[in-house]
Amino acid sequence: MSRGERRNLWLGVAFVSPWVVGFLAFTLYPILASVYYSFCDYDVLSKPVWVGALNYHDMVTDSAFWKSLYNTLYYTAFSLPLCLIIALFIAVLLNQSVKGRSAFRAVYFLPSLVPVVASCMVWLWILNGNLGILNSILSWFHIQGPQWLADEKWTKPSLILMAIWASGNTMVIYLAALQDVPRSLYESAEIDGGNAWTKFWHITVPMISPVIYFNLIMGIIASLQTFAPAYIMFSGGALGGGGVAQRAGGPNRSALLYALYLYQCAFDFHQMGYASAMAWTLFLIILFLTWAATRSTRRLIYYGGE
Amino acid sequence: MRRLRRVLLYLILALGAFTCLLPLLWMLSTGLKPIEQTMTVPPTWFPYRLYVQKKGSLTEIKPAEADQYPSDKLVKKIAPRWNNFGEAVRAMKFFPMYLKNTLILCLLTVIGTVMSSALAAYGFSRIQWRGRDPLFLIALATMMVPFPVTMVPLYCLFRSLGWIGTLKPLWVGSFFAAAYNVFLLRQFFLTIPRDLSEAARIDGCSEFRIFCQIILPLCKPALMVVGLFQFMYTWNDFIGPLIYLTNQEDFTLALGLQFFQSQQGGTEWHYLMAASALVALPIIVLFFFTQKTFIEGISLTGIKG
Repeated sequence: MSRGERRNLWLGVAFVSPWVVGFLAFTLYPILASVYYSFCDYDVLSKPVWVGALNYHDMVTDSAFWKSLYNTLYYTAFSLPLCLIIALFIAVLLNQSVKGRSAFRAVYFLPSLVPVVASCMVWLWILNGNLGILNSILSWFHIQGPQWLADEKWTKPSLILMAIWASGNTMVIYLAALQDVPRSLYESAEIDGGNAWTKFWHITVPMISPVIYFNLIMGIIASLQTFAPAYIMFSGGALGGGGVAQRAGGPNRSALLYALYLYQCAFDFHQMGYASAMAWTLFLIILFLTWAATRSTRRLIYYGGE
Repeated sequence: MRRLRRVLLYLILALGAFTCLLPLLWMLSTGLKPIEQTMTVPPTWFPYRLYVQKKGSLTEIKPAEADQYPSDKLVKKIAPRWNNFGEAVRAMKFFPMYLKNTLILCLLTVIGTVMSSALAAYGFSRIQWRGRDPLFLIALATMMVPFPVTMVPLYCLFRSLGWIGTLKPLWVGSFFAAAYNVFLLRQFFLTIPRDLSEAARIDGCSEFRIFCQIILPLCKPALMVVGLFQFMYTWNDFIGPLIYLTNQEDFTLALGLQFFQSQQGGTEWHYLMAASALVALPIIVLFFFTQKTFIEGISLTGIKG
């Protein structure tokens, strides 16, 4: 290594040192500790005791674990495609020559900005079975609205509805990508007599496919970790009865999302080892789904020029 | 046909926009009502006061007394009940403390994030050194790690440091550059021509001076984006305060609001909505003042990602 190279090495390391320290203390150490805890019986107060794969074994027979996994996959399977499609639809509409585009964009973006606690409060109120406005709007069309938050069939749809409402940032990302698609492509398609539908499928979708992929992956990661809405809507005082731990997850635990159950195991039941095992299982599920999504879309994604 | 399509386009967009706004307007409307008007079926759309006409002058009456008077004598006027805000703040007890804690955390995390991410991003983009790119790949990979994986050990770590029940776990980490922000800033730094740094180096400028006096001023918009996102994140964060804070006086606004709701058991909707509006309003106002920076930042994450 020449003197200049050595100097640069020291300089570079000095500049990135805040990240290195943070990485070691707040990422690498927790990851390693988490692996270790996942093989331990650990209640925070006493020292962790090695129990081998017992936590992972316990998960197989834990009905609440399976329920939470099912709820989370259900939630993701509906909310993610719906968010991606609706956001794309709105973005395509806004990409036409629309008057007041930036005002529309701001309005659509607004729900994703509102602090999640505040938006959960208003949705608790909107979805209230007796006094909520959603049911009274439905009654205009002679539809008897369900008890959204108290009926186990409707708790997950409620969470999905909220996720769609707050999907404005996905829309903004799409819109930015759409605005980068060269106009000339559309013009040449028009000369060839392409209609709006063929232009959408043969120009728009391929050109923004990297961004669709990006939103899909980010969506998978975020959606599987959804915590706050489930915690706030389904363990607060609004539903009444029982201790906090019993209440969590709504009627018949139908809104017990994975991250919520994990939180409960860690901080209500003080089973840090079990919670760590659950966290690693979640990580593996995320990795698997990301891999599967990458693999199945690989040939559909167009990276300009490559 | 063309006209019809345009009408349809605006109709769909307007309907969607209305759906986005309705919950927020409903929050505000409920937050401005007296409690009786929150409990009616069908719902009352606007807060109002009821008056009865007696000899030309109007006397206010309670809505419950309305059936004592002939309906043609009754006058309904839209009247927001602004007092709800003050009363909700008082009902939450520690609201000023929540606000103070939230602002302290926002300030510290914004400073910490902007400083540390800018430094790290500079090291990852403007200096050539051996091992830089593999290390940056590790940084990118850490973004994949879900929070639940690190949640338990971090809690245990902060517990052993005696930080549980203090604000420390919520801001100290921000001084150690999160990968996401480093990534965002690095993209900006890479767009600045290399020659600029080279020229300064030949003039004998130290690397730190190049960073402070050349690169940072050119990257103000990017630093704004990072700062703004961090502010939003800290203001909105729920799970962090939920895990680390134990005393009510130390709560942030987000946690305080949830605590208020779980305590009063979902009966005083007018106060709850007024309080929610107070928590949401600063973010909405901030957004309207910084809209351009904001949208650019969001768009950037997608395109460069």
